[in-house]
Amino acid sequence: MSESKSAKSGGTAGSRAGGTEGAATSARIGVLKTYKLFVGGKFPRSESGRVYEVTDSKGNWLANPPLASRKDARDAVVAARKAVGGWSGATAYNRGQILYRIAEMLEGRREQFIGEVAAGEGLSRAKAAGRVDAAVDRWVWYAGWADKIAQVAGGANPVAGPFFNLSSPEPTGVVAVLAPRRCSFLGLVSVLAPVIVTGNTAVLVPSEERPLPALSLSEVLATSDLPGGVVNVLSGRASELGTPLAAHQDVNAIDLAGAGPELARDLEIAAADNLKRVVRPAPDREPDWRGDPGTARMLPFLETKTVWHPVGS
Amino acid sequence: MSSASTVPPEPTATASTPPTAPRAGQSPAPADAAFADVTASEAALRRYLHGLPGVDAVGLEARAATLGTRSIKTTAKAYAIDLAISMIDLTTLEGADTPGKVRSLCAKAITPDPSDRTAPRVAAICVYPDMAAIAKEALAGSGVHVASVATAFPAGRTARPVKLADTRDAVAAGADEIDMVIDRGAFLAGRYLEVLEEIRAVREACERPDGSFAHLKVIFENGELSTYDNIRRASWLAMLAGADFIKTSTGKVAVNATPANTLLMLEAVRDFRAATGVQIGVKPAGGIRTAKDAIKYLVLVNETAGADWLSPDWFRFGASSLLNDLLMQRHKLSTGRYSGPDYVTVD
Repeated sequence: MSESKSAKSGGTAGSRAGGTEGAATSARIGVLKTYKLFVGGKFPRSESGRVYEVTDSKGNWLANPPLASRKDARDAVVAARKAVGGWSGATAYNRGQILYRIAEMLEGRREQFIGEVAAGEGLSRAKAAGRVDAAVDRWVWYAGWADKIAQVAGGANPVAGPFFNLSSPEPTGVVAVLAPRRCSFLGLVSVLAPVIVTGNTAVLVPSEERPLPALSLSEVLATSDLPGGVVNVLSGRASELGTPLAAHQDVNAIDLAGAGPELARDLEIAAADNLKRVVRPAPDREPDWRGDPGTARMLPFLETKTVWHPVGS
Repeated sequence: MSSASTVPPEPTATASTPPTAPRAGQSPAPADAAFADVTASEAALRRYLHGLPGVDAVGLEARAATLGTRSIKTTAKAYAIDLAISMIDLTTLEGADTPGKVRSLCAKAITPDPSDRTAPRVAAICVYPDMAAIAKEALAGSGVHVASVATAFPAGRTARPVKLADTRDAVAAGADEIDMVIDRGAFLAGRYLEVLEEIRAVREACERPDGSFAHLKVIFENGELSTYDNIRRASWLAMLAGADFIKTSTGKVAVNATPANTLLMLEAVRDFRAATGVQIGVKPAGGIRTAKDAIKYLVLVNETAGADWLSPDWFRFGASSLLNDLLMQRHKLSTGRYSGPDYVTVD
């Protein structure tokens, strides 16, 4: 009884179970959930010890996730850099399998994500379910790209000489991702999956107002054979975390999907110093993430390696 | 040090010490006179070492941990980073060391950060004896010392004549400093006098033709001594035998320098100076990889031994990867941007 009720009421079950409704119907005291950061495969609190309040679309309290600091960003980059060798060196097939396994795990946590998306974005349960299903489908779709992107983005080049000339796409390295601010799960998957599927590692800053699906996603990632450090999740302010990440000399690229126009401009300037690859946000407002993504979000985080080899005779 | 406090202090010895190689040129083991009775026989030495107060392990670790929480920021941090760089014994002790690798490390020792000439030099390059001549040549005129390990480093399991020949070779090759290992087997078996005599013999082997002495660092290998009490005993034993520096470890075993065992050794050198007036240096080695760790050690030095030890002449870090992290922190302080391993050398 109480279980169906919490699901109906919008389901961030843990964090809300202590509410008056639960207390009225059962004697059990709910277990509140402490959301944590996800860095290097572990779940630390913020180095700063700070948290902030996250509310649903109507202003009701949902949870106190950590408010990450620039030192957390620094630690996350170290963890992400450490993971680059193993993740980019894994076979494309293996990466695809791991991403597919993540999709399996997402499916198992469907109810939780529907609850978090519905509460955070103020959607009806049916609409939220549609978003979550689309996100899982998108994850599977990207998983399939792991061993196919090289055929699309690379290839044999005709050259005027006795050489084989082959181009192959290689991951660029550590990518900082500012996730979309409004679409907290489908949008998140749409920016995260294309970064890691090609062998990059990510430092992800989820939506400041709606970080809960991202923090729950990190629990899925931790249990899906994804090596620690491949994805690092830092809840907090994009303006506070974006600056050190954009200026960081050991970050290779930054996706500004979740930055407003002014912040995006500042971060682009900061990113120029070490020639980071920058993906700009959509010019006026956040795009509708439900459309066909194509390869547009995978290609910016690839470097083309070209090999010349003499033709044997 | 209750037993040590009976000895009259000789404060003049510290005041007049020159900045480098403080005891070079003097005859070995000046503390001998004060402690002649202690080192007179095996039994007396054992009685003395076992009479040292026991170490409160919990208290020691808690003290080291507390001092590790000090917050060192901005200008103090910049000072600490530069001081730490100037204290590094940049080390390469691999079977795969080549002359080329040693030369490139020497170049890095002289100019740690080619993009910023204000970065200080390191204190010394630490190599195996057969590389000492190469390092000496590469460092000629730079002021960076050559330290050579000797006495069958890292195990020390060989006959004494071999160890002494090893030491003489290194000194002849131009080593300014000798890092010797003690015979842990003899120490753990309780044959303290044998260890003492071996250190003295190596010290004599450090003598150069002109009568000056190469600086002697004595490595205990704390990870193999098992207890804090043993580390305290080894510290006093080495200081009585005439070591210029006492060093935690070789970097070749699982447990290397820790804040707690370094704190213990710092207490020993502080008490030794109070008792005899002779200042001895300390060198933690192995496992210190980050600027943050290094700064914690500097806090330990300042709070335990005192500011007199905050100099490359009295405190060193045996490290290799530490230098890169210090340089990255230096970049961060000067540019405000976090730096990355792409901006320092790979060694």
